[in-house]
Amino acid sequence: MLNRLRRTFAHGIHPPEHKHTADRAIRRFPFAPQLILPLAQHIGKPARPIVRPGQEVVRGEPIAAADGFLSVPIHAPATGTVTAIALAEDARGGKGEAILLRPYPGDDQRVRYGAPRDLATLDREALIQAIQDCGMVGLGGAAFPTHAKLAVPDNFPIDTLIVNGCECEPYLTNDDRVMVEWADDLVRGIDIALRVCGAARAVIGIEDNKPRAIESLRRHLRDHAHIAVEPVATKYPQGAERLLIKTLLGREIPSGARSWDIGVVTQNIATLAELGQLLPLQRGLIERVITIGGDVERPGNYLVPFGTPLRYLLEQAGFREAAGEIILGGPMMGSTVPSLDIPVTKGVSGVLALAEDWHLGQARRVYPCIQCGHCLAACPMHLNPSRLGMLAARREYAQMAQRYHLDDCFECGCCSYVCPSNIPLVQQFRIAKAFNREQAAAA
Amino acid sequence: MTDPRLELRSAPHLHAAQGVEQIMRNVVLALLPLCAFGVFLFGLSAAALIVVVTLSCLGTEQLFNRLAGRAGTLGDYSAAITGMLLALTLPPAFPLWMGAVSGFVAIGLGKALFGGLGFNVFNPALVGRAFAQAAFPAAITDWSPVMRAGRFLELQSSSLSLPFMAPPESAVIDAVTGATPLATYKTGVATTSNFDLLFGFTPGAVGETSALLIMICGVYLLARRMLDWRIPVAILLSAALLSGALNLLDPARYPGALYMLFSGGLMLGAWFMATDMVGTPVTPLGVWVYGVLIGVTTIVIRLFGALPEGVMYAILLGNAATPLIESVTQPRAYGRRRPRKRGPP
Repeated sequence: MLNRLRRTFAHGIHPPEHKHTADRAIRRFPFAPQLILPLAQHIGKPARPIVRPGQEVVRGEPIAAADGFLSVPIHAPATGTVTAIALAEDARGGKGEAILLRPYPGDDQRVRYGAPRDLATLDREALIQAIQDCGMVGLGGAAFPTHAKLAVPDNFPIDTLIVNGCECEPYLTNDDRVMVEWADDLVRGIDIALRVCGAARAVIGIEDNKPRAIESLRRHLRDHAHIAVEPVATKYPQGAERLLIKTLLGREIPSGARSWDIGVVTQNIATLAELGQLLPLQRGLIERVITIGGDVERPGNYLVPFGTPLRYLLEQAGFREAAGEIILGGPMMGSTVPSLDIPVTKGVSGVLALAEDWHLGQARRVYPCIQCGHCLAACPMHLNPSRLGMLAARREYAQMAQRYHLDDCFECGCCSYVCPSNIPLVQQFRIAKAFNREQAAAA
Repeated sequence: MTDPRLELRSAPHLHAAQGVEQIMRNVVLALLPLCAFGVFLFGLSAAALIVVVTLSCLGTEQLFNRLAGRAGTLGDYSAAITGMLLALTLPPAFPLWMGAVSGFVAIGLGKALFGGLGFNVFNPALVGRAFAQAAFPAAITDWSPVMRAGRFLELQSSSLSLPFMAPPESAVIDAVTGATPLATYKTGVATTSNFDLLFGFTPGAVGETSALLIMICGVYLLARRMLDWRIPVAILLSAALLSGALNLLDPARYPGALYMLFSGGLMLGAWFMATDMVGTPVTPLGVWVYGVLIGVTTIVIRLFGALPEGVMYAILLGNAATPLIESVTQPRAYGRRRPRKRGPP
């Protein structure tokens, strides 16, 4: 009750914000000599390539088609030549099929594909198709196909669309800039999403450490009574869907259920801004705004073509360290990459390049759990990470899931962050979940 | 450009600055003023006792690490804390050899045998204190007076008594004894004023006499977020409410709430013993249950038991009840109906 008045959720943490790039306007990133476009950039079935090696493509043209409903197409981020369709490294350390594209150096790289249309003439089914056709996925990081998330079955009445502008991860400022600079597109995108999901109103939740974004959206929304801007307290992980719903509406998604079940659909702010920009022009998603931060000479918010390899990205941004850690996404939930041949894909919201010495104060001795209870006070899902960690050490993975709600953990990292004994709790939980999944698959 | 050497790490990549060593180091810092005040009140004997007991704990910790083939753990300061806490609860003129043995038992029996830091069920210092209470019943109730003249010049004779050479009784006869405020109440003699109890110029254990100083040191840790405020609040509040209510019923039989709070080991126990993170519940509701259990048990032992002091047993009881408390106070997870109530921890 008190937490709703304070516009926040119970528990959570306050890591240093490091939002150093919040003032840097969105700038276009140059085209790399070669773009790598994995066919599996989204959750669901990978796209099917519809181009051949040697074929010339223009910027914005579809080069891979959706394979079924839970899948999206991929569009050429640059005018150039398809050099190969081959296996390429992915961020998880494996390999997957990718289209390799060499942009023409002399081309002006205008988008030559797509034609303006009047969205008002489209019905709901046609809108869902249009959203799928533009290749849209959740740009917050999950990369779940947007049309599938908006196509709520009729037996789930939706009353509210929640637009997630929290951006609670430290360092990242890409959503902040989108709200400041692309407010018109965002409003258009919200109206499209409202039409598709059937909700009557939208609520935009923004952490109160982004006053300019809040002010910008309020100004653009003066004549839109059905879209509310709600500042929420700055606290990690406010941007997690379940916690934002709890904060704004006071509702909880029952364990194992979806937000549909409580009449809510959530969308990330950048997703809807891109949607509002692309759909009226009948264009595809070919680039996105990401924050490049950390120990680079030119940190900032850049509009980066998909397929840009990290090696090129870091060269251009000026990363001069001999050793370091490259994180895709934010420092709380992002993953480090094993190779610089990995490209920027649709789900990458930021690239943090951190020098080696960054961790010197952090590689500390792991002590036994001293049962201080800090992790319980931090866990936004109100789990018992201390007990889960002790069970994980004894490999009692089934017990963790059955009795201590392991599957409700969404790996926000709060417990590991606060643990004075430096126990890698989240890592243990990931292993436990993977083990349980394998057991379930084997059974 | 040659590629940088890439490091792979698992999220989260940020970590709060507060680590175990830092917390423990600050507890040591917070205990130092208590030690200093004890030395000021009771002189050389208290100083020697603190040093001997702490060294005994450190040595025992090191010994058991060697025996178990583990890396040294003196750097986490937890053994030093145990030693200091144990010394602070002992009578100032406690024979040094008994202090050393108690320190050995505290670490050996209370901690090392369970598997070291994090695995002990009971607060090791209280295990040592309970051992001393059982093994040396005479010496543990031999309270020397405060501010004795010449206390900085010589040790009290009982401090240097040797094991098996003289029966402990002779040390008692030797010493100039003074009764603690709780004992005077128990035996029906005149009571000490709350004012004296607050500032601590009363006979008692080395570090338990000044309620005010203990609170100041506790608040330091609390301000640095290294102490769970709910535990001292729950203990002191429940103890005050219970003793206050009894005092209202029969003021002649039961002393007032302030007298109960400021006398004996309740302050030190509530702020520094019961708050030892190992052995306290981790669940939010469990912490309150634990605190109230200790507060109520302390008063019940003091007023209705045979012993003048009950804090030690109350906290040990709280430690023992912790797994049970935790199992019935599991938090309600987000999106779940209610916490699970049954089953072992």
